[in-house]
Amino acid sequence: MNLDNLIQQFQKKDTVAFETLYNMYAENICGAINVIVKNSERSQEICQDVFVKIWEKSNQYDASKGRFFTWILNIARNAAIDEVRSKTHKNQKKNLPVDSLVGIFENGEDLNSKMDTIGLQSLLKGLKEKCILLIDMLYFKGYTQKEAAKELNTPIGTIKTRIRSCISNIRKNMA
Amino acid sequence: MDVKEYIASGILELYVAGALSPEENLEVQHHAIEYPEIKKEIEAIERAILELTEAASPKMPQNGFAKIKAEINDVIPFTPESSSSKGTPWGSYMGWAASVLLAVGLFWMYTENSKLKSDIELTNQEKQSLKDVLSDTQEEITTKETLLQEIRDRNVDVVALGGQTVSPSSYAKAYWNKEEKKVIIDAQGLPEPPDGFTYQVWSLKLDPLTPTSLGLLDDFASQDTKLFILENANESEAFGITLEPKGGSETPTLEQLYTLGAVGS
Repeated sequence: MNLDNLIQQFQKKDTVAFETLYNMYAENICGAINVIVKNSERSQEICQDVFVKIWEKSNQYDASKGRFFTWILNIARNAAIDEVRSKTHKNQKKNLPVDSLVGIFENGEDLNSKMDTIGLQSLLKGLKEKCILLIDMLYFKGYTQKEAAKELNTPIGTIKTRIRSCISNIRKNMA
Repeated sequence: MDVKEYIASGILELYVAGALSPEENLEVQHHAIEYPEIKKEIEAIERAILELTEAASPKMPQNGFAKIKAEINDVIPFTPESSSSKGTPWGSYMGWAASVLLAVGLFWMYTENSKLKSDIELTNQEKQSLKDVLSDTQEEITTKETLLQEIRDRNVDVVALGGQTVSPSSYAKAYWNKEEKKVIIDAQGLPEPPDGFTYQVWSLKLDPLTPTSLGLLDDFASQDTKLFILENANESEAFGITLEPKGGSETPTLEQLYTLGAVGS
């Protein structure tokens, strides 16, 4: 069964299809949450809630608006950001740190996250800090291209070419 | 369209991130269907992100989906379609009926209890008034017994007073205890005095005729027994009763002499 059929079955509330999708994406979704939350137990809890939410919202997914993974990644990072925001709000901090991935790459694992830091570091090997920061913003924090351009004070065209080069770098590291 | 240039622009990386505007998103979607190369490239970019996110995974528990499945299955029975309560929800009706019955029952018991309480109060009041009547009656009996006792005393002389010209059918009796210097007048045979008048009792000496007032028969109408106790320290030879203006008179009005009787006659 290909991905499109699987998604169709899932949208018809087929739990078997949903379980297959879960097995395909759970590690990734929970990982994306963990980059932001940086606590394995809490990330797992949020991740579980996110999959329940994905099931409940299944009829809202529209293939014409993007990739299925992009859709579920967006739900996950919103949940993770909500979690961190509610915490930082308590700490009287206004903004989220924009360097979560950079920190992980540079400082190695903080013990709570249980990440595969070595794997992460090998994937990000040779990437400039600018790159890691941009990946963090676009994939993990959910910035739009406009928001990223404004935040980095850089034209959208440059954002595009830079992210192209950064991801290409990761793809080379994968090989 | 130059596919390579399009791929090199970086738009596909932003597409996977979900960072494009809705218009650009739709555009990429169309090109992906049109050009398999673009679709492949999108999938390759997605794999890189999958790899990256997987490395950041907090290490998933083995039974991860079981928990989610339990949660989503819990949710399912609450959707209207799979609602199992088709037809009449008898359980719910019975519950409501039972609670209504209970409420009615409680209200009935409350009113019954109130009724009983007021019944008890009424009975207590009746009991009290009966007690009052009883004590009144006992008092009356005691009074009458005392009077009877006095009339039966061995020292008592009974004097019959006969009706006179004014009222020939009238009669009275005087029970005179010389030892105790008391006279009891039984006035049952006298008519009720008219308004503004009262009977006055006189002790008489006959030679010469000297009347001495013993007192008035006041409250004649309200005195049920018509027995009046008066002091008499005189050496009476006769007793007479006259009708006098209210308050009594110094000397008897002989025209209004109702009854008269001589002692020992």
